[in-house]
Amino acid sequence: MYVTLKSAARTNGERMILGILIVCSLVAVLTTAGIVFSLLFETLQFFQTVPFFDFIFGLHWSPQTAIREDQVGASGSFGVIPLLVGTGLISLIAMLIAGPVGLLSAIYLAEYASGRARAVIKPLLEILAGIPTVVYGFFAALTVGPIFRNGGDAIGLSVSSESALAAGLVMGVMIIPIVSSLSDDVISAVPRSLREGSLGLGSTKSEMVKQVVLPAAIPGIVGSLLLGTSRAIGETMIVVMASGLAANLTANPLQSVTTITVQIVTLLTGDQEFDSPKTLSAFALGMLLFTITLCLNVIALRVVHKFREKYD
Amino acid sequence: MKDITMTENLSAADPVVADAPIKIRAEKVNVHYSDKQALFDVSVDLLEKQVTSLIGPSGCGKSTFLRCLNRMNDVVEGCRVSGGLHINGLDINAPSTDVVELRRRVGMVFQKPNPFPKSIYDNVAYGIRIHKLATNKADIDQMVEESLKRVGLFDEVADRLQSPGTGLSGGQQQRLCIARAIAVQPEVLLMDEPCSALDPIATARIEGLIDELRNNYTIVIVTHSMQQAARVSNYTAFFHLGVIEEFGETDQVFTNPTEERTRAYITGRFG
Amino acid sequence: MTDIPNKTPTTGVQGSNSALRNAKRRQRAERRFRFYGFAGVVFALGCLAILLTSLTARGVTAITHSKIQLEILFDETVIDPNGTRDEDEMSRADYQGLVKSALRELFPDANSRRDKKALYKLVSSQAGLSLRDMVLQDPSIIGEKRAIWLIAGDDVDVFRKQTSANTGSLKKKQVSWVRDLEAEGLIENQFNSQFFLSGDSREPEMAGILGAVMGSFLTLLVCFVASFPVGVLAAVYLEEFAPKNKISHIIEVNINNLAAVPSIVFGLLGLALLLNVFGLPRSAPVVGGLVLALMTLPTIIIATRAALKAVPPSIREAAYGLGASPMQVTFHHVVPLSMPGILTGSIIGMSQALGETAPLLLIGMVAFIVDIPTSFVDPATTLPVQIFIWADSPERGFMEKTAAAILVLLAFLLCMNLLAVILRKKFERKY
Repeated sequence: MYVTLKSAARTNGERMILGILIVCSLVAVLTTAGIVFSLLFETLQFFQTVPFFDFIFGLHWSPQTAIREDQVGASGSFGVIPLLVGTGLISLIAMLIAGPVGLLSAIYLAEYASGRARAVIKPLLEILAGIPTVVYGFFAALTVGPIFRNGGDAIGLSVSSESALAAGLVMGVMIIPIVSSLSDDVISAVPRSLREGSLGLGSTKSEMVKQVVLPAAIPGIVGSLLLGTSRAIGETMIVVMASGLAANLTANPLQSVTTITVQIVTLLTGDQEFDSPKTLSAFALGMLLFTITLCLNVIALRVVHKFREKYD
Repeated sequence: MKDITMTENLSAADPVVADAPIKIRAEKVNVHYSDKQALFDVSVDLLEKQVTSLIGPSGCGKSTFLRCLNRMNDVVEGCRVSGGLHINGLDINAPSTDVVELRRRVGMVFQKPNPFPKSIYDNVAYGIRIHKLATNKADIDQMVEESLKRVGLFDEVADRLQSPGTGLSGGQQQRLCIARAIAVQPEVLLMDEPCSALDPIATARIEGLIDELRNNYTIVIVTHSMQQAARVSNYTAFFHLGVIEEFGETDQVFTNPTEERTRAYITGRFG
Repeated sequence: MTDIPNKTPTTGVQGSNSALRNAKRRQRAERRFRFYGFAGVVFALGCLAILLTSLTARGVTAITHSKIQLEILFDETVIDPNGTRDEDEMSRADYQGLVKSALRELFPDANSRRDKKALYKLVSSQAGLSLRDMVLQDPSIIGEKRAIWLIAGDDVDVFRKQTSANTGSLKKKQVSWVRDLEAEGLIENQFNSQFFLSGDSREPEMAGILGAVMGSFLTLLVCFVASFPVGVLAAVYLEEFAPKNKISHIIEVNINNLAAVPSIVFGLLGLALLLNVFGLPRSAPVVGGLVLALMTLPTIIIATRAALKAVPPSIREAAYGLGASPMQVTFHHVVPLSMPGILTGSIIGMSQALGETAPLLLIGMVAFIVDIPTSFVDPATTLPVQIFIWADSPERGFMEKTAAAILVLLAFLLCMNLLAVILRKKFERKY
């Protein structure tokens, strides 16, 4: 019995294919590199005109007026704090809806729903995730916003038609399936032996869930909340269509605020020269957004990963 | 020879049992998992403060029967239990029976030790707290200490009661689970192959523990090891294909079984 | 089981009465807890129901629109005064004037300038274009008088479709004219083919989604061609060939993070790189498709890896055992077996790309584009961007169109996801 040598044609061909495969997988790395470098490049250019600390700590966002008289070539004030506050306010409202509703739905689906009910409810919740954000934006701007404004008028409160409440509420509904789906997975991953241990001692189901299952699933649930928050912060269309353009430094959800993503869109649509501070500021905002969401995502993924390690 | 439902006859000539009343009575119990039947007309009487072992080859229904006794089969989807199951004369499957209280009185220890990811103290205190057997800290402390002493674990862990229960060795974890189960003051203790995941030394300790616990609890233990059954139990039920082939005093079942299949299993010819 | 006395009392154990109260309290807590969970599900599904019914109510009326029948005289003096039948000349004639004459004939009491202006608003200001198309197609109708159905003005359409007694922006005179037309059967609701067959327009009654649908189609095509091969091959490499070392771990972390980056950041990347460095044409499907491809890449890679992982090692071992090389094992056995999972994941990725709006705004697909795009470099817009543009419009007529466009978009998405589900069910293998 003898073994023939591999044909040269096949090995060469295969080496080429392997090369193609490697190039393809590098595209993903190159994309991240591309994002970081292009954002960084424009952002550094921006900081040549507007000082870093004015940007990060400035309380005034108005790309049309100067902060100081001696700003060279600048045409606006670029303090990002109002944007951070606006983004934070709307995201907070969104998570106040998505967090509890998502978690409670996950608990119901994982612990109480029958197999058939679960098979129907879970896909329906996924539909919420599949609806394009522009549709949510339309709904928020044309239905929810006016309802809040009219309702406010009826009870004597002054509610903006572009209130943070309306945008946050609709965004929260959009995020429910993110929290619910991931929480459902982590709750179901808690081993059966723990549940049986609790039931065997004579606990009710709710005691088992509240005192044994949920504490065991906390890291995963926290991860799902972080991912939901990251999604809220990065969301664009709902806020572009349903919240305001003027930077408003306030914590009142009935007023209109603007967010980082809205400003990026506003600054870059319409006529612009490419190197003006206005345009560059959009990239600086993009860099800021990318950094914040990256941190949240990394922490979230790591937390969920650690949790999975414990139980798989 | 011996009618398995007339266990009263045992009491007179039996050195093991002075006058043991019937704690658990099963009458024609049938269990179905979806369309498969696991137990067929199982009837047996288990006596108070005795250790009864359930033996038999894999898949013969012993664990299924054990789980009927504290209605753990309720959590299995598609499982149907029919027939009469009475503990202290009360029907445990009746709609009026509070299953949560049933499970306090009929405790369970599982095959693989399953301490909660909480501290040793909180593991034992969990049952006490949810059943409100004690409410102030001093009482709970005392009950936790008592339980841990009963299983011989207290001296080993007294200085680290707040450390996680999952940090103990396999044998210690299982003793913790037993302490957790007896902390809620059950009357019956169900043990589903409690030693199969443990090494011989830990096994020996648990068997010794069972011997001590027998004075206070009615114990039903499922075991794969006939030697363990012979060492530990007063009565033995031999299960085969969802039916009890033989039930009687352990000595008698092991030295002089009445059924041919029992003899074959015990002598190792199958299973 | 309530009367059995506790046989081994110890200090602190409660009597049977408070034990009973405790049991009842725990049962109540159990029921409450279960209710909260159920309420969460009901809230979420309720929001979904409200969203869908509200959209449907607003948009479903777009399937018809009002059309007015007028007696149009194809006046040669207006269309072709020199009698040359020259197409260029004829296409520049004042066809809208023909419409206005017909309207004046129908309602001779409109005398003042203001009244006439109001009268002309009953019919779409672009209705003349359809007359022009008729003449150019068949010049023999010049000189004839024909009854033609013309698209009504958007205010008339909105007025006739609303349920309340509101007259909207119609003046009293216009309302009475519309009522007269209705009485004589000269105004009807007809199927709105304009919506499906024409591109965008400044006038709501003339606006259609064909341009946006074509734009979406071309963009998605580019996205698929760019992301599917690269994604699948990358996943194949990472799953089957890459050594499990630090570098491949970094790549994996990279991909997982990329999947969670906000979509607008990809728009910035597209702007900075594709438009400014590579100089690709703005608003073109090519650029939109590439940006969406970068976004969809992580989704496809992750789905493909999962599908590859699901193929049991026994299949690979059997192939190796027969002497196949790693390439052959992968491409002859593993990849074909995981195709259903790969396709399902890709379809889901594509449906996410179809609904994307933010990155496309940044690369310029938000312009007003009337012509239907026919190539990958024509300026185009996509359906979600079209929805965004229309949603911003103040005219009430656009609100109905926007909702209708949303329904069309949702219908496309539904089809794609159903396809994915059917694929998965049909080819699901239990190993």
